[in-house]
This record gives sequence, structure tokens and C-alpha cells, in this order.
Amino acid sequence: MSTAPQPRTGSVPAGTPTKITQGSQTRGGIGESTLRPDGTLKVTGEFAYSSDMWHEDMLWGHTLRSTVAHAQITSIDIGEALATPGVYAVLTYDDLPAEMKNYGLEIQDTPVLAHGKVRHHGEPVALVAADHPETARRAAAKIVIDYAELPLITDEASATAPDAVLVHEGRTDHHIGHVPHPNIVHRQPVVRGDADAAAARADVIVTGDYIFGMQDQAFLGPESGLAVPSEDGGIELYVATQWLHSDLRQIAPVLGLPEEKIRMTLSGVGGAFGGREDLSMQIHACLLALRTGKPVKMVYNRFESFFGHVHRHPARLHYEHGATRDGKLTHMKCRIVLDGGAYASASPAVVGNASSLAVGPYVVEDVDIEAIALYSNNPPCGAMRGFGAVQACFAYEAQMDKLAAALDMDPVELRQLNAMEQGTLLPTGQRVDSPAPVAELLRRVKARPLPPERQWLSADAEGSSVDVRALPGGLSNTTHGEGVVRGVGYAVGLKNVGFSEGFDDYSTARVRMEVINGEPVATVHTAMAEVGQGGVTVHAQIARTELGVSQVTIHPADTQVGSAGSTSASRQTYVTGGAVKHSCEAVREKVLDIGRRKLGTYHPAWATAELLLEDGKVVTDGGEVLASLAEVLEDQAVDVELEWRHRPTEPFDLRTGQGNGHVQYSFAAHRAVVEVDTELGLVKVIELACAQDVGKALNPLSVQGQIQGGTTQGLGVAVMEEIIVDPKTAKVRNPSFTDYLIPTILDTPTIPVDVLELADDHAPYGLRGIGEAPTLSSTPAVLAAIRNATGLELDRTPVRPEHITGT
Amino acid sequence: MRVTITVNGRPQEADDVWEGESLLYVLRERMGLPGSKNACEQGECGSCTVRLDGVPVCSCLVAAGQAEGREVVTVEGLADYARHREDAHPGTGCAAGTCGTSLDAAQRWQAGPTGARSADSAELSPIQQAFIDAGAVQCGFCTPGLLVAADELLETRPSPSDQDIREALSGNLCRCTGYEKILDAVRLAAARQEEAVR
Repeated sequence: MSTAPQPRTGSVPAGTPTKITQGSQTRGGIGESTLRPDGTLKVTGEFAYSSDMWHEDMLWGHTLRSTVAHAQITSIDIGEALATPGVYAVLTYDDLPAEMKNYGLEIQDTPVLAHGKVRHHGEPVALVAADHPETARRAAAKIVIDYAELPLITDEASATAPDAVLVHEGRTDHHIGHVPHPNIVHRQPVVRGDADAAAARADVIVTGDYIFGMQDQAFLGPESGLAVPSEDGGIELYVATQWLHSDLRQIAPVLGLPEEKIRMTLSGVGGAFGGREDLSMQIHACLLALRTGKPVKMVYNRFESFFGHVHRHPARLHYEHGATRDGKLTHMKCRIVLDGGAYASASPAVVGNASSLAVGPYVVEDVDIEAIALYSNNPPCGAMRGFGAVQACFAYEAQMDKLAAALDMDPVELRQLNAMEQGTLLPTGQRVDSPAPVAELLRRVKARPLPPERQWLSADAEGSSVDVRALPGGLSNTTHGEGVVRGVGYAVGLKNVGFSEGFDDYSTARVRMEVINGEPVATVHTAMAEVGQGGVTVHAQIARTELGVSQVTIHPADTQVGSAGSTSASRQTYVTGGAVKHSCEAVREKVLDIGRRKLGTYHPAWATAELLLEDGKVVTDGGEVLASLAEVLEDQAVDVELEWRHRPTEPFDLRTGQGNGHVQYSFAAHRAVVEVDTELGLVKVIELACAQDVGKALNPLSVQGQIQGGTTQGLGVAVMEEIIVDPKTAKVRNPSFTDYLIPTILDTPTIPVDVLELADDHAPYGLRGIGEAPTLSSTPAVLAAIRNATGLELDRTPVRPEHITGT
Repeated sequence: MRVTITVNGRPQEADDVWEGESLLYVLRERMGLPGSKNACEQGECGSCTVRLDGVPVCSCLVAAGQAEGREVVTVEGLADYARHREDAHPGTGCAAGTCGTSLDAAQRWQAGPTGARSADSAELSPIQQAFIDAGAVQCGFCTPGLLVAADELLETRPSPSDQDIREALSGNLCRCTGYEKILDAVRLAAARQEEAVR
């Protein structure tokens, strides 16, 4: 396979920018590793995160959460809490001001405060505002709530039992008509060909049952924000979120305010990874501020943060793959059961991704796929990096290794033999119409030299000494190499980019160009949530490339400009980047029009030549300078706000899963090298190499950062990360960083990154959304390496020491 | 109670401090220094790392009263602190056990005039600049704590091995970067430091 851009198939809709339209020579433009515009503020401690907000006279809000998972609330007594000195307000369900009492991303099933019933451990029941956070906490502890506990729904069997209590009575959402049970949020089959008939042609069939644990986003900046009541009866809200306008749409009806009266500004966001798609403290802080007439700040601590956002869906997956003796896949059947917990959140979309991507990046013509998400009394689950696709990838990649073993084939060769490519028809009937270099990505990670063996040994004057830091167990000094074995594993994944299934996935950008102190300056204003990914860096690069200016100001993100859509689904560089590009092009045309009107008579090229903006000047495509932007604009400003959308997608057919549901696909492959202390069951990942196709790296440094970060989150859920929910009580047992472990720098190996740039001609600059794909294949690669080292089957993730030692 | 702490070279006072308040809370909420971050409040994540009489500590685990009369350096004072160290120990050589900043020296140190630093013209410490240059900052929430810890590492061990860096920074969680660029940043700062000595 060559690395040259592939010829494109399918047509590009009008108005879709696909090429560098001009000015690619501008310094600091796309393709360069320009540095973050917020970098200096972030290293000096001056960058204002949502938890850093401060206002004179402000109060501190606190949330009282349920201590049980499923219960009727028989009484609430707030008397003593309200009488506590320093307390300004105590609110319960009865204090909600509007008809609308619920919110939700797609289904409005989540109560702002519990109404007569709690459905999961940690559900918000009451709010307190006080003049000190500790006063608020202590007052909340004085609220007396009586619970009458209800039977628990904790898994598929209890959810669909004949006498199962319903987590939500009287559902009216648009999924209820096609689900087999009211405790199932959404069900999506994907059926193509005849899997049963194809199974008869298989020489080898492998099956497996896999379990994926509940992962937490564990962003470092806990949920927080400041609500300031304004004189017009509205509210100013400063928060960390992934999508301002989605928040606004959910907040306004509950407050009983028109959207214009709620002015939202994005504060500094300390990571997100999907965990800020749903609301957390937004409505609560507004309610307390409106009630008290004072600014109210809310900051979750880590314990509360574990209850304050949804998690990655835990899953049980049953897979069957068949192949002919020469390794060609005959068929695949699978059933994926995702636990959505007490509220719907993003469950329907997670089901859509899990089912439509269940086959992975392989060509299989006969498939029978079913994915469902349950309602249960477990913690609500929703968006996390790579959702739906992550769980499926863990299972289908385990299956590919199992199949390779059954066929006595090399696992990478088996994958390459069945790898999808441009033009492949997916199980949904969608044809992949941009590069899909799956086999090449695998080839690249496999071709890398392996890291040296026994790196813990270092030669010194007295012979050799052991550096325990390079061994499983590390500084705990549990081995000097005894019982340590090495393993190597591979995996590759398939992820969609952008919002799918017919969603109107657009973004808005406002771009202004003017001359300040003789220098042309572009200002880019979007509502895009910068959560750390570097969208602000890329927007400035796009503006430089398109407008030929060096000075670009990024306006703070707020709701004074149209929606940018969510910072999720690997979509922001594609969609809001596309919107910035689109608006810049319109600004450029206006600037050139002004130039033609004003100066056209001085040079014929104004009328005849292709004109570009470069280095603050209007130049012809032949490089002749016609005028400076200062001369063209003088004191005039050009200001444009436009929406931009990617190619439309279609919903999946509810019975067959057929439909052009996704706009773009993203691919990454990993090779994991691990060393396992088989006596203690401790794993050290030595190297986790990744190869990924990014279409076009707008900022290569940021691209690497995304790939390495995503890889590490995949490593976390391979060997340590899991929210433990007690199956008897549905209570969370480890809501802290002491008990929920995420990788430290000692747990994380070197992550060499190999970036391919095969342009997708449908996307701005040919780019591909990149944030999620590396999170998919990282986990199964590590699992494969541990299996390779130990010979164990290991059908669940994360792997714990006892799974390796069998004790 | 009243708490008096020298923070970044300036004496600071806070009144009506509740005895249960942490040093982190007092810095953030009473002294107008929100650079140190609160991400776990139990000493697991390192986001609140500050120097207390030169020693890196999780300020969430230090009661404000314990810091009474002592010297604290936060991320806001890191650039000044590094400049002062450079003046006191040019080249930050570690020979003969003279590495680090003595308590004595720390107490003599005065910060630059307030307001002299703005976002654009900020003169950064070498480790701060290296974090930006190496792409070690994404969301940036872990960055202040990592900077204080990494700066202390380079002060005591100017040419750390990768394993040394990993060990020294193992108390600081980062969720965005996968740590590779953070390692790059520390290597870069160390290399620039060596370059400067030559």
C-alpha cells in the first residue's frame, strides 16, 4: 500500500472545503506544531479553571446525594439544616420553579432533584448554599431523609425478569416502541447476509464471552462552576462543559427562563473525555443563585465527582466468528449488553456505535449483531472516549487472536487477510469511501524493532545490577526478574467520527478581520469547548492559513455565538475547524471585494488574477503583491458568522441496522509489549506502540499528544481502572483516587507513534478525527500481550493480579 | 484563627481561618493564588504540590496552621524562584551537597514587583518553558503540581535518567498526555540547563 492519497469515491457536496484553498505558506498555519495559545497561562497558574472562579459575596453550594441505590423517599426534613448559621438556602424537588423537572441529552429522564424516588447510589436529593463550603457540607449532613428500599435491577437477568420492577414507569420516549422490555433503553440489530448459512461453510468456529468493566473518565478538574444572578432576572453561568448550547437547551426549561436570559461562558476545563457531556452542577448552582440572589460556586471533590458524572458502559459481549481453513472470515454473530444504569444519558448512541462497529475493521459479509443498553440501578453510564466501539473492540480483537490460534496462523496475518480497505461494504451497508489502511497500520507496528529484553539489568563496575523500577511491581521491590515473562500482543480498531445516525451535526464560527495598529488581526469566535485537546491552537492555525495573517485572537467560548456542537466523537477539528475555515473563506472573499472596489483601477490583476492573502498582503497566485491588508481595510472591519455541516448521515434501520449512519471512520493499531510477574500477577507494560491514520495532521505535536493520551486511557482499563459496584447493593465501592487507580508515569510505557496522513477528500484539509481511535485498540493489545505471556484466556478487562495467579 | 505564611517571597496573612482548612484552601480561596489545583483532596494526584520550606508537599494534606511562619512556593512564584536559584547557585551544580535551596536562602529571597508579569511578557522558568515547548500541557490541570515537582527534581538532580524522572513524578497524575510529552519536557529542561552551564 502506498501512502499517496487514494482516489476518492462518491461525490463531494457543494460547499465542502476539501483543499488548502490558499496561503499555505503562512507561518504558524496548518501542518505546523504551533504552541498552545493558552500555554503560558497554564504554566503560570493564571489560567482560570471553573473551580478558580471567585465573586464577592459568593456562597458555596453543596449537593446531598442518596446513600442507597433504589428507594422510595418517604420523608425529607430540612429543618435543622436550614437553621444552621451561615446557611442561606436548602432546596429540594418541591422548590423547582418550572413545570419541567427533568433533563437529559436525548431523553429527559433525569430529575434535577429526586422526586419521591432515587434510582441510583449518589443521586442528587437536596441542595445547600452557605457562606463556607464546610458549613454547606455539614448542614447537608443534617438533612434527614427516610428511604423505603426497592428491589434492585443490577444486570440483564434482573432487568428482564417477568416480575422485574421498572426503573422508569410510563416511558414515552421514542425508543419504547421498539425495545423488547421497558428496562431496555434501546436495541439495535445489524443484520446482513445469512450468518447461519455462512457458518456452515466455516472450517473453524470460535466463540467467547467477554466482560468490560466500568471505566471512569477521571478528568483531573472536578465538576465546578459559578452562577451569578443578573439584574434582569437571568443568570450568568461560568462552567466547564463539552457543549455550551446543549447545556443551555437543558438548563433553560428547568429554570423556567428563556435561553437569552442564561448567558454561559466556558471556564477553563480540566479534561473531559465524555464525562462533561451530561449536566452536573449547572442547574443546581443556578437554582441556588436565583433563590438566594447571590453568586453561588459549586466545586465537587473527587468523591462527589465519581457520582457527579456518567461512566463508560460496562458490557457483556458474546461473540462467534467463523473462518475457512485459509483464514477468510465466513461470518460473525454477536450480542452486546451494555449497562446504561439509572438514566439514559448517551445510551442510545452508545448502542448505535457498538452495533454498527461490532465487526471491527474487517470484511465479513454475513453478520448477525444485536446490541442493547439496559436501564438498571447501577450508576448512570454515558459518554466516554470511543464509546460503544471501545467495548466491541476489546471483544472482537480477543476473538481474532482466538481464531488465529485455532487456525494456527499468525494473529497479525489473519487480521491483514481480513482487513477492510477503501471501498469495503460495512455490515450497515455503508461503503467506506476514504482511505482505510488497516493492514498497513498493523504492518507498521509489527515492523518496529522490539524493545530489548531484561531492561531492568544494567551493567556497572561490579557486574550487573537490577533497577526494580523497570520491573513489574516497581519500587515495591517484589522481584528481581524471577518469574517474569514477556508477551507481545496486537490489536486494531474501527471508530466513527462525528455525530451519526442522521444527527444535524453542524458548527458555527464567527471570524472578524480588521487592522489594529497597522497590523491585520483576525479574531475567531466559536462556542467550541476547549477541554485540553488543542482546538484553540488549531483554530488559530486555520485562520493564519486562510487569511494570511500572523496575529489571531481566539475569543472566549460563550453562547453569544451559535452552537459549535460537542467536543466529543473526535469531531471538533473536523466540524468546528471546518466552520472556521468556511467563515475565513467568506471573510477573505469580502476583503478581496473591498480591495477590488477600492483599488481595482490601479492594477489589472485585481480583476484577472487568482488572489490570495499572504503575509498580511493581497498577492496574485504568481506572487505579485497588490496591496497590504492595511491599505485594503483601513478602518473597516469584516465580520462573518456562518454555520458549517459535514455530509449528512442516516438513521440505522431499527430491524436491520442498514443505513449510511456514519460520516467518517478512524483507525489505529497498537502493539503492546508486556512483562508479567506470573507469581504475583503484576503486569508492567514495556512499550505500547501505535500507528494511526490521521488524514492530515493540522498540528503534529497535538496529534501525538492525543494518540498518547488515548493510548494511556486504554492501558488503564486493561490493567487497573474499574469502578466496582457491589452487586448486592448497587453501591459504588471505590469512589476515590486511592481506590480507583489511573496510570501514573511509572505505569505508562514509552508510546512510539507512527502517523499516516492519507487524506479523506470529504473532510477539511483531508483531516480525520483522531481523539478516540487510539483508546480502542490499546486495551485489547495489552490483553493480547498478557495472554501471550501467560497462556491464560483472560476474558475480562481490567485484568487483576488474581486473574493471572488464579488465587 | 489567623495564619501568616510567606508565599512566593511575600508575607501573607489570612484571618478567620477555620482550623480544618488546608494550606491548599487558604492559598486558593483566601490568598488569591488559585494556581495550585484541587483534584483529589487526599494526596493521590499531586495537582496541589507546593514547596513548603523547600520540600514538595501535597498542600491539600497540610493543615493551614502547620504552615504558620513557613515558606511556601507555588506555581505562581516558580519563575521568580528559579531566577533566584540561578543567581544563588549558577548552573545549579549539585557537587558537594550544595544542591537545592537552603531554608536560609529561601527566606532571604524576595519576589519581583507585583504586576510586572503579564501573560504575554511572562518570563518563565526553564521547566515552564519546556512544558509549553514539548507539548506537555493539554488541559493543564495537573501542570502546576507537575511543574513544582519537576522543578524540584532538576534542582536536586540536574541530569536525571528517565527512570529518575518517572520516580520523581510518580505522585502526579495526568489524564491527558500519557506522560510522554511530560518526560520530553523534563528532558528538554535538563538539556537546556546543561547547555547553559557549558
